[in-house]
Amino acid sequence: MKQSQSTAEVALGIRRRVFEHVIRNNGGYLSQACSAAEQLAWLYHEELKLGAPTLPMIPLPFSGVPSADHLEYRTGAGYNGPATPEYDRLFIAPAHYALVAYATLIEVGRMAPAGLEMFNQDGSSVEMIGAEHSPGMEVHNGTLGVGLSTAAGLAFGRKRKGETGRNWVFMSDGEVQEGQTWEAVQAAAHHKLDNLYAIMDVNDQQCDGAMSSVMEVRDIKQKFISFGAACVEIDGHDLAAMRQAMQEPHEERPLIILARTNPYHAMPILKERFPRLHYVRFKSEEERARMNISIAQDLGIDPVTYSH
Amino acid sequence: MIEMVSRPYATAFENFAITRPEVLCLSADLTSSCEIDGFRDRHPEQFLSLGMAEQNMMSFAGGLALAGYRPFIHTFGVFMYRRPYDQLIASIAYPRRKVRLMGFLPGVTTPGGMTHQSIEDISVMRSIPNMTILETGDATEVESICEAADSIDGPVWCRVLRGSVPRLFDTPIKVGEMRVLSEGTDILIVTSGISTEEALRARSALSNAGLSIRHLHLHTIKPFNAQALLDHLASVRYGVVTLENHVITGGIGSLVAETMAEAGVAKRLVRLGLKDTFAHGGSRSYLMRYYGLDALALVHGIEDLVGQRFNISEQDLDEARVEAVHSLLKAEGL
Repeated sequence: MKQSQSTAEVALGIRRRVFEHVIRNNGGYLSQACSAAEQLAWLYHEELKLGAPTLPMIPLPFSGVPSADHLEYRTGAGYNGPATPEYDRLFIAPAHYALVAYATLIEVGRMAPAGLEMFNQDGSSVEMIGAEHSPGMEVHNGTLGVGLSTAAGLAFGRKRKGETGRNWVFMSDGEVQEGQTWEAVQAAAHHKLDNLYAIMDVNDQQCDGAMSSVMEVRDIKQKFISFGAACVEIDGHDLAAMRQAMQEPHEERPLIILARTNPYHAMPILKERFPRLHYVRFKSEEERARMNISIAQDLGIDPVTYSH
Repeated sequence: MIEMVSRPYATAFENFAITRPEVLCLSADLTSSCEIDGFRDRHPEQFLSLGMAEQNMMSFAGGLALAGYRPFIHTFGVFMYRRPYDQLIASIAYPRRKVRLMGFLPGVTTPGGMTHQSIEDISVMRSIPNMTILETGDATEVESICEAADSIDGPVWCRVLRGSVPRLFDTPIKVGEMRVLSEGTDILIVTSGISTEEALRARSALSNAGLSIRHLHLHTIKPFNAQALLDHLASVRYGVVTLENHVITGGIGSLVAETMAEAGVAKRLVRLGLKDTFAHGGSRSYLMRYYGLDALALVHGIEDLVGQRFNISEQDLDEARVEAVHSLLKAEGL
């Protein structure tokens, strides 16, 4: 077990990188760094058993989509190491968290900082909504709800082959509005997939705003348990609670960790934008400057210099 | 007399799968309806029940393929693309997973009406990158569909016939080829699936009317050998009639039209099939007559093409094969 301090530092580093990127680009998925930084830091820095990256530290440009003629095609999974039997796999189910996931890869030394400069640039593989070929991604999850099902199928197959690696999904709470999520949980339970794990960023936010205003989802912990999963709810900013959650017994069942989070954690000024936090685009230069100063101070760094 | 084969898929799939441990049999609560109940009972370790949850099933199958398995999904074709289309694209088609989509009850072969009839699936599948499309037209093709589909490095959409199926051919599907059933010089007829049997019913009557028919049967719809079709087109005087158990938009009628237009072939084309309409529930023979998908409709299409009446009536066509409504060969009502 690595020191909790270092995982907390990874989380801080993720927030700093995402913050700098969003300020420079006058907008981005900033709130997701507030809510999910600890979860991704914990996965990559502590919990996941991953091999050394198999792809270059500086991402290669987009090389084309899969086709019968594209023999050199590969996904971005190599940033998580080789897909060999003993290693864990991770899907980022809400591909909109890609910016935060890329920042995590940098913080844990799996991608060069230059990779983030390629974010959302034409011709780059470091896409805004993570694609199969984007660093750290293995499947397309931009259409919400497919991630857990795919991981369940992978878990079934790997279990059948006797592979010891686990199958992890980073999820978002908006996905519980999709019927497919519940189909996936019931199937995973029916087929006794105890090698399937999910940690869900429960930040109560979705594109239109607060989930309670868009579509009430009620007690999702109870729902997951009723559908056959083991489920624990924790403070998603508490690393010790994450470690403790792994002690939850889940024989013949998947384990789902609900990480209750604050969508402006570590950046309290973002509360001004609540409940429209899905994609923060600054409304004015004045707001941008004010948030730059405030958040930089919260994160212990100098305000970001930007030219436009 | 045509030989009828009982439940050819049941036997063929079992024989195919038991020697291939990487093949998994997936079902969505239509196990006996897709003739895999015997396989389930005899080989439960190779069978996965995924329930009435097709969205999950498609992505789950993508995950199984990612783990190195080759899932054969069994359900009615219509349930494999209408609801879970997004999952079909994201989890199977885009990443070229080796998932074999065994779609039963193509077109009007079900009395189940609109909700059960896959009438635009070929159109949809043709437009999906990375997808291969196979369609069975007889028992021999059903018997060879598993091996044909499993030879493809990527996803495969298959239209599979069930129950009592006529044997028209004696050679298995060879992916990418087309069957040349006659080599006449007046009219080219292009059919696939159950439409081929209809065209064969009209063969002698058309011959008696003095028409020389060139007939192609397509079991492989994508990829398609355009040059082979153009060569056959060059051998006929009048033009082409296509007949399909599908809407005429996007199916083999469109395929032939696109091929002709791109090559600048100035011959007439008559497309027969469902003409921009849904169908309702009824027997196969009733539906084929009602919607103009049968041998008589083909005769009328040819008359339209050549601008001449041949006075061919139902009595002149080879006897239609009529199945008892509650035949023991049918898995169940639907």
